[in-house]
Parts: sequence; C-alpha cells; structure tokens
Amino acid sequence: MKNHILKVEGLTKSFGTNQVLKGIDLDIAPGERIAIIGGSGSGKSTFLRCLNFMETLTTGAIYLDGTRIGRVVGKDGDKESVVYSPRTLCDVRKRVGMVFQQFNLFPHMSVLQNVMEGLVTVLGKSKGEARQIAEAELTKVALHEKLDAFPSQLSGGQQQRVAIARAIAMSPEILLFDEPTSSLDPELVGEVLRTINTLGEEGRTMLLVTHELGFAYRFATRVLFLYDGKIHEQGTAEEIFKNPQSERTRAFIARSSEFSL
Amino acid sequence: MNYQWDFGIIWSSMPVFGRGIVVTIELTLICLVLGLILGMLLSLAQMSRVRALQVAGRSFVEFFRNIPALIQLIWFFYAFPILIGAQLSPFTAAVLGITLNTGAYCAEIYRSGIQSIARGQWEGARAIGMSDKAIFRRIILPQVFDRMLPAFTNRAVEVAKITSLASVLSVHDLMYQGRLLSATYYRPLEILTAVGILYLCIIYPLSFASMMAERHLARKR
Ligand SMILES: Nc1ncnc2c1ncn2[C@@H]1O[C@H](COP(=O)(O)OP(=O)(O)O)[C@@H](O)[C@H]1O
Ligand SMILES: [Mg+2]
Repeated sequence: MKNHILKVEGLTKSFGTNQVLKGIDLDIAPGERIAIIGGSGSGKSTFLRCLNFMETLTTGAIYLDGTRIGRVVGKDGDKESVVYSPRTLCDVRKRVGMVFQQFNLFPHMSVLQNVMEGLVTVLGKSKGEARQIAEAELTKVALHEKLDAFPSQLSGGQQQRVAIARAIAMSPEILLFDEPTSSLDPELVGEVLRTINTLGEEGRTMLLVTHELGFAYRFATRVLFLYDGKIHEQGTAEEIFKNPQSERTRAFIARSSEFSL
Repeated sequence: MNYQWDFGIIWSSMPVFGRGIVVTIELTLICLVLGLILGMLLSLAQMSRVRALQVAGRSFVEFFRNIPALIQLIWFFYAFPILIGAQLSPFTAAVLGITLNTGAYCAEIYRSGIQSIARGQWEGARAIGMSDKAIFRRIILPQVFDRMLPAFTNRAVEVAKITSLASVLSVHDLMYQGRLLSATYYRPLEILTAVGILYLCIIYPLSFASMMAERHLARKR
C-alpha cells in the first residue's frame, strides 16, 4: 500500500464541448491540508466535485486507499469507459465528505436531525447512538445549545458549522470544503475558519477551496494554484505565497492580497 | 313580489339531501385519494430517465387538463364501455373521469413542488452518501408536502365542486337529488337554494383549511 490516501490520475472534465479540467494529477497523503486557490471559473469547484463524484469524470481515474473507484468495462482508443454504480458512489461519499458554500442544510429538520440523518439512513446506526454522536459533533462546533433549532433560525455562520458537524459525523477520511465562507457576512467568517482550523489540528485530511488567502497561508500544508483547468503551480504555503515561481501565480496573489492577505 | 316561500319542503326533504351529501362526500374522497396517488405516479413518470415514460406522463397530463371535466365524465359513461365491451356503473364512470382529471392536476402540483426544491438539497444529501431513493423519501418529499399543502387543499375544493357534474350520469349525489326534488315538487327556488347552501357547508371548511395551510406556511418561512 502506498502512503497516499487519495490519488488523482489524468483527470479531465468537460461540460459539452467546454473542457474545464485539462489533466490533473495529484497524490494526497493522510493528514495533508491542501488549499486550492485560483481565479473564478478556473475549475476549482469542478475539481473538488469530481473527487466525491458529484460530477462524473470525463477521463482519468481516482484511487481511494489504492483502490480505483468505478469499474472499467471497455476501452475506446485512449478513452476508458467506466461504470460507477450508485452503491459505489454512496460508499465513496461516506468516505469523502463535503461542505458547500450554500450549506445545503435540510430546512425541515432540526439541527440535531440534520446531523443524525446520515448516521441513521446511511450508516444504519440506532437513533440513540446517532444522537450521541451528533450531540458530540455539535458540541465540537460549539452548537450544543441549538440542537432543537431549525436552520432558518440560525445565522449563516451557525448554519455552516452545522453543515460541518453533519459532514464530520460520518467520520469521513477526507473532507472537501468549497468556499465555505464565501456566502457569509464578514463578521461571521472568523467563527467558521476557526472551526475548520480546529479540524486541521486534529490531523484530518482536508482540501479547501478558498479566497481567504491569509487563512490558506496559515492553514495549509500544501497550496495548489489552479489556472486554465490545470495545477499551474503547487508547493508549501511559504513557497506559493512568498516565493512563487510563475509570473501568473505571483500576479494572482498580488491581486488577491490587496483584499485578504 | 308575492312569491309564497315554502321552507317546509326543505325540512321534509332532508333525508334525501342527506343521502346525496353522503354520495358527494364519498365521491370527493375517493377521487381525491386516487387522484393524489395517480398524480404522484404521473409526476414520477415525467421525471424518469426513460424517455417513453416522460412522454407518456406529459401527454396524459396535458390531455386531461385541457379537456372539460364534463366531457371526460360523459365519455367514460357512454363511449368507454364500447371500447371495453362492458357497461360501467354511473358511479364508476364518474370516479374514473374525476380521478384522471384530478391526477393530471396533482401531477403538476408534485412536479412543480419537486422542481422547486433546490438542487442543493439533492447535493447536500448525496454528499453524506444517501441513495437517491432515500433522498427522495426523507429530504425531497417532506418538503414538497409542506410546500404543496395549500395547492392540494385547493385541489380538494375543486374536486368537491366537480363531483356535482356526476349528476348528469345520474349518480345519486347532492346535485342529482336536488334536481330530482325540484322537478318533483316544482319548488326550484327553495330546493336549489338549499342545494347551493349545502355545497357551501361541505366546501367552505376545505377552503378554510386551505387558507390556514397557507398562513401556516407563511409563518414557517
Ligand atoms: N454544471 C455545469 N454545466 C456547464 N458548465 C459548468 C458546470 N459547472 C461548471 N461549469 C463551467 O466550468 C467552469 C469552471 O467552473 P467552476 O469549477 O465552478 O469554477 P470555480 O469554482 O473555480 O469558480 C466555468 O466556466 C463554468 O461555467
Ligand atoms: Mg467555485
């Protein structure tokens, strides 16, 4: 077994004739915290969504713990045809959690029910056990006083923390964050970033798409700069932010820093 | 105006009205329940991945929503039996006609309800590994029912009204009894007025429920 937990090989993704991802390779080791930065429309969300198969890959392969996801059923020239069964996708998503920009909480369920839902319907835990886990996770994100509230009664920051609790309750091996603070009022960004930071300190493997470059600098063990559907440059936070090799990376960081570094 | 009102006729006809009311309520409930089920199936067909099912569901809905309900009822009573080679009872023909009509309208309520649930709800649920079936049952449907409650109670009001058409097939509902009584006693003014008021008594509670459902929903937002 290699020591990577997730491996991406030759990933491309097209929407119709628009090729958004143009060949991405990436090895992720356990405990890595990877920040993905890049201009809007550069394919950051699409890349993240391919990792838990919210989007299906056009070509390429993803390995979880050394096992390829999907079944190759044939080859047409260079292009493999791969079948992803619903069962497989559900299994992958149990292991690769995701937090969205828009939270996507279930509005008809209380905070506690939101977090319990996956534990009961996906992992098959008893109500009692699910409740225990959900309460513990909600305590971790400092929302133990809001168990019976409904999402509409919470601030954006609180809703995003519920969404984080919902994701980590499933004990995923990897967590994906797609601009988790971009739809929050500025004064609520801090509480969510602190929560994400705490998860990082626990040694969780995480990928974070963000425009908060200051946070990315402090948080990430590795930074990827995405440009034109490719990983244009990558390195440690120090390397990318303080000493970028590419002129394009430098320009992007200079432009963004006016707002957030 | 020197019309001699005779309200006595109404009191003495009450047992007959009563029988009509029972039939009207029966017809309403049966058609509403069957229509809700049919509508669900039709909306699922329209949203399925199978193209033939989509087309069939869509055609059915457009067909039954765009033909007057009265023609549907009469068709099922007089024309349909020729096709199947067996006579339908007036009640069965009425149930068929009204149910198909109601199903077509309910399908639209479900479809717009399900589509109004944002894509994010599917994604949020998929991201924790829920199957499509579980998502539909646990996440989408409960929200559809919540949102669609006013539309469904409105439909119930419509169904209760439409059942009065069944009297032309001589289903013994409230309208039929009213027409029969007024022809028998030559007292259309008293009797048909009473029939109207009795319909009001059956239907107004439904309208009221619909109004309350809307308010309840507005408060929840
Ligand atoms: N579902 C989709 N259908 C068609 N095009 C899409 C879809 N999702 C994303 N795209 C396109 O892919 C490109 C990259 O989008 P995205 O990954 O959201 O970028 P980013 O997150 O970096 O801003 C954009 O040009 C966008 O229009
Ligand atoms: Mg994005």
